[in-house]
Amino acid sequence: MAHHCTRIKLVSDTNEIVESEAEPRALPLDAWHRAKGARMVPFAGYAMPIQYEGIVAEHLWTRESAGLFDVSHMGQLILSGDGADAALEAITPSDIVGLKEGKQRYSMLLNEDGWIEDDMMVARTPMGLYLVVNGSEKWKDIGFLREYLPDEITINHLEDRALLALQGPKAVYALTRVVPGVERLFFMEADSFLWNNAGDPQPLWISRSGYTGEDGFEISVASDQVVALADALAAQPEVKPIGLGARDSLRLEAGLPLYGHDLNDTTTPAMADLGFAVSKRRREQRGFPAADIILNQLNLGPPIMRVGFIVDGRQPVRETAELFDGDKPVGFVTSGGHSPCLGQPIGMAFLEQNWAKTGLSLEAEVRGKRIPVQTVPMPFVPHRYHRPISRQATPDGSEIAFKKTKGATK
Amino acid sequence: MTRYFTDEHEWIDVEGTTATVGITDYAQGQLGDIVFVEVPEAGRAVTKGGDAAVVESVKAASDVYAPVSGTVTEGNAALTDDPALVNTDPEGEGWFFKLTLADPGELEGLMDDAGYKAFVAGL
Repeated sequence: MAHHCTRIKLVSDTNEIVESEAEPRALPLDAWHRAKGARMVPFAGYAMPIQYEGIVAEHLWTRESAGLFDVSHMGQLILSGDGADAALEAITPSDIVGLKEGKQRYSMLLNEDGWIEDDMMVARTPMGLYLVVNGSEKWKDIGFLREYLPDEITINHLEDRALLALQGPKAVYALTRVVPGVERLFFMEADSFLWNNAGDPQPLWISRSGYTGEDGFEISVASDQVVALADALAAQPEVKPIGLGARDSLRLEAGLPLYGHDLNDTTTPAMADLGFAVSKRRREQRGFPAADIILNQLNLGPPIMRVGFIVDGRQPVRETAELFDGDKPVGFVTSGGHSPCLGQPIGMAFLEQNWAKTGLSLEAEVRGKRIPVQTVPMPFVPHRYHRPISRQATPDGSEIAFKKTKGATK
Repeated sequence: MTRYFTDEHEWIDVEGTTATVGITDYAQGQLGDIVFVEVPEAGRAVTKGGDAAVVESVKAASDVYAPVSGTVTEGNAALTDDPALVNTDPEGEGWFFKLTLADPGELEGLMDDAGYKAFVAGL
């Protein structure tokens, strides 16, 4: 809601609309969004669609069919040069050296004290390591990478590429019609594909991944071709465009942390409950920033940790609300809002060590009133990633898969 | 009965010294899906321009102000179970609260229907 358009006062806004003096920049799909009826808001320095027909409708459509998200604000980087993988390992806790070509992994950039500078996806491509970082952090990240990577490693910022995400159980049917062959990818695999584009073939880099908890794809395309690709995808009967509002509620239901809210540079991987991204080999070798501290936290429990909660009743408990056990403050909310799938408010909080567990009854304070909440396991809505049948664990070790996914894998 | 509007997107229906207050169709459209409404209890005194209720959409919480001063006689209990009434019938079943006016003179300066339409058109 634009503050200057209506004087109903905003008390809080979970979508972190980044206000700045500078006019937000237009992304390549700017006019496309507006033509589709999007309400545009400034986000991460860009004008971006927060919603089209409505957040709840868009959220539910993505869960049952397929949603098309413009995530072109995110930073797409290629790291190349001999030893780029080993160099990147010096500032991440993940196994990058062992990442095979065509595989992607969730990781994070760690500063010297082991705090999270950003979270990211890393894939190995024939061109080098392909990184996707948060739009709001990308300029800082590029500076950070340049500072900490050796000079012989080249950082190429793909500013001429747009990024689309197609998410939902029917995403594979829609995308296979436009780009045959993508159906062979499993979750966290990636490859280059040629999109026919009405006889003007264009190379796409496509990964089977996303940030909604659903099966889906992320598609990197030349900026000057993204309108045609968005048109081709939106023409599929399964597909509707989806805004930032539903992107936030979808990732919240999926229990996925958002940088700037649930993660920041006072959070370690252990505090964020992202131990799955700290690989076994790296734990043994310890060659990442503040490894001793982070491993101690992983083994013994961090001082505070990210935990999910559900709210009794309908009143949302939003970011910054404090949580109490009786009179004792035991934590604070970093993301919170209405879950369209569950029909009740949910959230993520950082709780002190003795309270950082599921099954607790606590109270949140909102506008001076106490609201009962319960800590629960995440995700709130099961992930439905497309994993191979036989594999017992994902490459990042995060989850055990029992069957080829059509339904829940957890 | 006369309906007035505020530039904060509340409407107020006035009948003698009693009135009903809600938010406008434009406001609910700006807010999007309403998931929670906190209405004032009977007996609460509200002052013109002061906080009177809270409306929460999927994305944000917003204050609703009292268009005039007075004493609340009833909050709309139906919004507790069905806050989406504010989306589906904002200027009818989705009313927020009723009050007794403290000073009918405060209605002066509020907009009528035509005035509010022109105001919204200019936003």
